Amino acid sequence: MTGHHLAFGHLSYDLAHLLGGAVLVLSFVLLYQRRLTAVINSYALQAVALAAAAAWQAWVQAAPHLYLTAVLALAAKGIAIPLAMHAIVRRLKVDRSLESALGIFPSMALGVGLVTLSILVVLPVTPQAQTLTREDLALALSVVLMGLLMMITRRTALTQVIGFMSLENGLILAAVSVAGMPLVVELSVAVLVLLAFAVFGVFFFRIRDRFDSLDIGHLDRIGGGHR
Amino acid sequence: MIGELVTPSGLVALLPLLAAIVLACVADRKLGAWINIGAASITFLLACRLPWHQGTGMLLLVDRLATHMVLLTAFVGMTSAWFSRGYIDIEATAGRLRPRGVRQYHALFQAFLGFMLLALLSNNLGLTWVAMEAATIAAVMVVGLPGTDEAVEASWKMFVLCGVGIALALFGTIVLYLAAMPATGEGMAAMRWSAMAPQAASFKAPLLNLAFVFLLIGYGTKAALAPLHAWMPDAHAEGPTPVSAVLSGSILNVALAVLLRVRGLMAANDAALAPGPPMIGLGLLSLLLAAFSLWRRRDAKRFFAFSSVEQSGVAAFAFGIGGPAAMFAGMLHLTLHTLAKAAIFHCVGRASQLKGGQRFTDITGLIDSHRALGLTLAAAIVAVSGLPPFGLFSSEFLIVAATIRTVPWLAIPLGVGLVVGFWALMRRLITLCLGTPSPNRGPAPALIDLLPAWLHLALVLILGLAMPGFVLAWFSALAGSL
Repeated sequence: MTGHHLAFGHLSYDLAHLLGGAVLVLSFVLLYQRRLTAVINSYALQAVALAAAAAWQAWVQAAPHLYLTAVLALAAKGIAIPLAMHAIVRRLKVDRSLESALGIFPSMALGVGLVTLSILVVLPVTPQAQTLTREDLALALSVVLMGLLMMITRRTALTQVIGFMSLENGLILAAVSVAGMPLVVELSVAVLVLLAFAVFGVFFFRIRDRFDSLDIGHLDRIGGGHR
Repeated sequence: MIGELVTPSGLVALLPLLAAIVLACVADRKLGAWINIGAASITFLLACRLPWHQGTGMLLLVDRLATHMVLLTAFVGMTSAWFSRGYIDIEATAGRLRPRGVRQYHALFQAFLGFMLLALLSNNLGLTWVAMEAATIAAVMVVGLPGTDEAVEASWKMFVLCGVGIALALFGTIVLYLAAMPATGEGMAAMRWSAMAPQAASFKAPLLNLAFVFLLIGYGTKAALAPLHAWMPDAHAEGPTPVSAVLSGSILNVALAVLLRVRGLMAANDAALAPGPPMIGLGLLSLLLAAFSLWRRRDAKRFFAFSSVEQSGVAAFAFGIGGPAAMFAGMLHLTLHTLAKAAIFHCVGRASQLKGGQRFTDITGLIDSHRALGLTLAAAIVAVSGLPPFGLFSSEFLIVAATIRTVPWLAIPLGVGLVVGFWALMRRLITLCLGTPSPNRGPAPALIDLLPAWLHLALVLILGLAMPGFVLAWFSALAGSL
């Protein structure tokens, strides 16, 4: 089906759009959750949506290796990492209520601004690419930027990691939607290593018992004092 | 394709990675140090044959740029491995590193080195990215090894910032593939540097621009270009010193090498954005920001890390100016700075062990308390500050000259940054090396421990005073090939 010119009304186009859009909507959900467990669950849901998007792309592009990416996303990001994070929350007795450096409304407004920005950036520069690719790329860039926003507005180490992981979801979404891109599976494995390291890092560095909370605000000691 | 790694050229990257696996299993501290030295030295010897065995494969690309950077990285890796034997021994005896930490240190050192060499030699955008990512993880872990609160904070900060950086670089990589695909055809060809370079003129210019922005920000983070340099001073101040020596030069160089390749693609495409102005902008910003920050530092290792940010900015500035003369000067500057800065970190590491602290108030009057160490450190600071007879004088002079020829008014901010940075270095040279000596609280280094620093300084001196003809020819050819 790759050769077809895809547009509205084609099932392959509509469904890919829907799944990509779901990943983006879940980025917004991540931005306003007030409880840590809810943030972790929203992340898991986003990973499931990403897995579905990757599987659909595998079907549309007739590229079986993308099924592997989908399975990886589902197993690792949808199941294993969220379970590990719930375990960390329980073991380290992290405070489960969250604060955002910005209020809900300003962060949502900023999020909408970022989506507009990425559409304005991506659509004009990709006139020759397939419609599906260019719109997925715009969605993916939005997810990447929203992940960055979450890393900035959420102050605890765990939510920063989740923001980082949601940013990586955007990257995988971009990689699977570029038809014929080689090394997607290898790259998604490499990204997974990075994520595993991030989750492991929270645990390994025992940020909780060193700094009394996972709030990275406590980590500002070396930065200050002009050393 | 993977088979290319077991050719003599591929072994340059594979050997340190294998050594890392071996070292992860060696519990004995002394044996580990010797394996580390052996592996790093053999890697450098293997790298020495690359200039005569250049070629392009599916996986590896051994061209002038890769050869030069690999030689430099492998050399600093080797001397830092020599240096770390004595240094790590003292750290372990003092209890600042646990026995398990020493084992992890040796394994991570080789892994870091191996992945950097792989990133330099890789002919594939994806592999370059993966190697860069792996090198980052190894570096983050090694910085956190001392296990103090400050070290943990530094490594976490490095992980978050560099993680975001390489994530943005991956997005750039994907967009670059999209830009290249129509010209090179689908599949691996659109990810190979060697296949992309000749086709760059027919790439989709708007996509290429978008890719460039993301790659510049992404790899610019790793090159410690402002405003994304914040991880670097902490990582240097808290991590083990031999790693600072490697980190300071090499990871910056690897990132700048990737940016140079992307710059080449951009320059070959007439419709694309000119890559010069953004690189000049980031370079100048880094230079000025770091030069003024130098004045407020109280920690010696942090101070010299800011100086690395400054010099990385100077190199990026030169590459942004472009043209054979500026490229020549930029490459020379990068090379000499790497050598001189590694010498500084070797000396500062030993000085902070001798004085029991790394703050400027802990280390004073070094020449009186340990003549050889004090004089070596003084010479190294003179070298980095760009005074003759050392080579950085000529490279900085060439960069200023090239700037005046192409964009004269840019010479003003460049000159201000260089002078402010130079002044700060001189001020610290005086407090560190002269004056009343502070009390010694730790073991003094033997003369042989200073050998790596002397070797580095000798090279910087020779390249400044009397550059041999073949080296000159090599640098000219390298600058021409960029």
